[in-house]
Amino acid sequence: MLAFTLRRLVVALSVALTVSLIAFVLLHLSGDLATSIAGPEASPAQVAQVRQEYGLDRPLTVQYLDWLWRAVHLDFGNSFYFRTTVASIIAERMPVTMTLGAISLMISLVIAVPLGIIAAVFKGTLIDRLALTFCVLGQAIPTFCLGLGLIIVFAVNLRWLPVSGTAGWMNYILPSVALGWYAVPAVMRLSRNGMLEVLSADYIRTARAKGLSPAVVVLKHALRNAIIPVVALAAVQFGFMLGGSIVVEAVFSMHGVGHLAWEAIARNDFPVVQAVVLILAAIYITLTFVADVINALLDPRMRVA
Amino acid sequence: MALLEVQNLVIDIPTDAGVLHAVSGISFSLERGETLAIVGESGSGKSLTSLALMDLLPRRAQRKADRIAFDGTDLQSISASGMRKLRGNRMAMIFQEPMTSLNPSYTIGNQLMEALTCHRRVPAKEARDRAIHLLEKVGITAADKRMGQYPHQLSGGLRQRVMIAMALMCGPDLIIADEPTTALDVTIQAQILHLIADLQKEFGMAVILITHDLGVVARVADKVGVMYAGRLVETGSARDVFKDPRHPYTRGLLECIPVPGRTQPGMPLGAIRGQVPNLIGKLEGCAFRNRCDFAAGECAGTIPLAAPTPAHDVRCVRLPALEATA
Repeated sequence: MLAFTLRRLVVALSVALTVSLIAFVLLHLSGDLATSIAGPEASPAQVAQVRQEYGLDRPLTVQYLDWLWRAVHLDFGNSFYFRTTVASIIAERMPVTMTLGAISLMISLVIAVPLGIIAAVFKGTLIDRLALTFCVLGQAIPTFCLGLGLIIVFAVNLRWLPVSGTAGWMNYILPSVALGWYAVPAVMRLSRNGMLEVLSADYIRTARAKGLSPAVVVLKHALRNAIIPVVALAAVQFGFMLGGSIVVEAVFSMHGVGHLAWEAIARNDFPVVQAVVLILAAIYITLTFVADVINALLDPRMRVA
Repeated sequence: MALLEVQNLVIDIPTDAGVLHAVSGISFSLERGETLAIVGESGSGKSLTSLALMDLLPRRAQRKADRIAFDGTDLQSISASGMRKLRGNRMAMIFQEPMTSLNPSYTIGNQLMEALTCHRRVPAKEARDRAIHLLEKVGITAADKRMGQYPHQLSGGLRQRVMIAMALMCGPDLIIADEPTTALDVTIQAQILHLIADLQKEFGMAVILITHDLGVVARVADKVGVMYAGRLVETGSARDVFKDPRHPYTRGLLECIPVPGRTQPGMPLGAIRGQVPNLIGKLEGCAFRNRCDFAAGECAGTIPLAAPTPAHDVRCVRLPALEATA
């Protein structure tokens, strides 16, 4: 188990390094940074001064290593727009996005996994068809539509929940449902298929032949094997939620990282864009790593791989 | 009273092409401590018969019978929870795929102990001790260490031994072994069969052994039922069936295996021509007649039981004519 974890860690770190390299190179391919920073009306002398000030006259490898070294220490430089460090802006925005993502993931798992199990156990019955219909409807509604619909019903008409902002926990309910909903169909389908496959396995027949009750057969013997692919999917979905929270953050006026990324791109605020890309990638890689470890804990056969 | 009594068991499976008559009316009984071998080709309905006794048939298969009784209890009128109390407790099953019949996510020990604790309130320590004791009984060394291992860490032969130990956990009256050696190496096959036979003697269980290996049957069975296309074509004591096979199908089967003393070296073994008939739709007459060398017009009618001796039943209308020429 330890050897497995270490191996996965090495893989995760090399992926992170590759991503950082790509993020760095892409930014430098997007044009002359010194010119963009100095602005369109700057004289050649001013551009040259900017180039020297920001260290852009050094060789690319040196610039990369220097940037990477500082990024590892969470020093992403200063924002071009906000006169403060990138790290402090992100630190301020991150909790909103993380909270939103975590609650959304929880909501989608709590709805989708039991629904998938029930649909599989009652395969081919009305219950199964209702669950699948629910799924298709879920996939058909875009996040922003659902978000606006939720606002109209629960915030404007019923006045149960606030319309927007991040003042308290009540503010997170509607956006989390809107964002979490997006993952429900995929997770539900995977749980259902995983469960169906496992339920026809020989060891399920063995479990029934032992005289175990249907609840023990499904919840002990089947669920643990059926849930393995769902763990991996949940990790990926969480990554999507963090990246995809841009729309929800916009609809509900929440100042999270998604919103920040959108602002930064609009304002050519390169250090912020670069840092957001890198941090989201790092989170994604961490999630995948965690999913691998959980899978290995669930399925002893994977610990060798 | 017989431990197990089956009268006129029918298993129908609805398919898109029509109803598949997998088993069409078989009857047999089994006393305590007895071994019944059911032999037949793949698709003869022998595995479905064993699943039907445990009430583990696939959902779409339909089971009907005049009577299925286990130790006097009618298994057709019993509740689902009543059946669960019997299953694994008083009647246990060993399956033919040891590689996939154990749950990959739980340790051997967990799966063994569960077989006992789901039927009886016993302390974990007692369940563990019994599991280790039975692992040793089925010939697994370092049983204590095996308890903590996962199925993928064991070979096929070891896994089948674990399955046997699991079936023994509650001390059942009946063990149904559905081709327990098919997936194993030839050398391991003999070991496993001897093991089952020894354990049966030691614990006094009744055994239903489903197999297509006649050599095995000759060694371990008390009674034999020869199944063909969902029917029992010949039943009797192992001795009678092997010494004096009467049904043309049984004879054909016995000619397919080498027998020391009877088969001369270099002599070709027999083979039964043709193929097992399609069992979809209405079935009439003897199902073997299209492959039988002795078939005649009367074989297309209903086939009553011809009973030459009280304990040896044969379903063949040509029997008198056949035995007259022999």
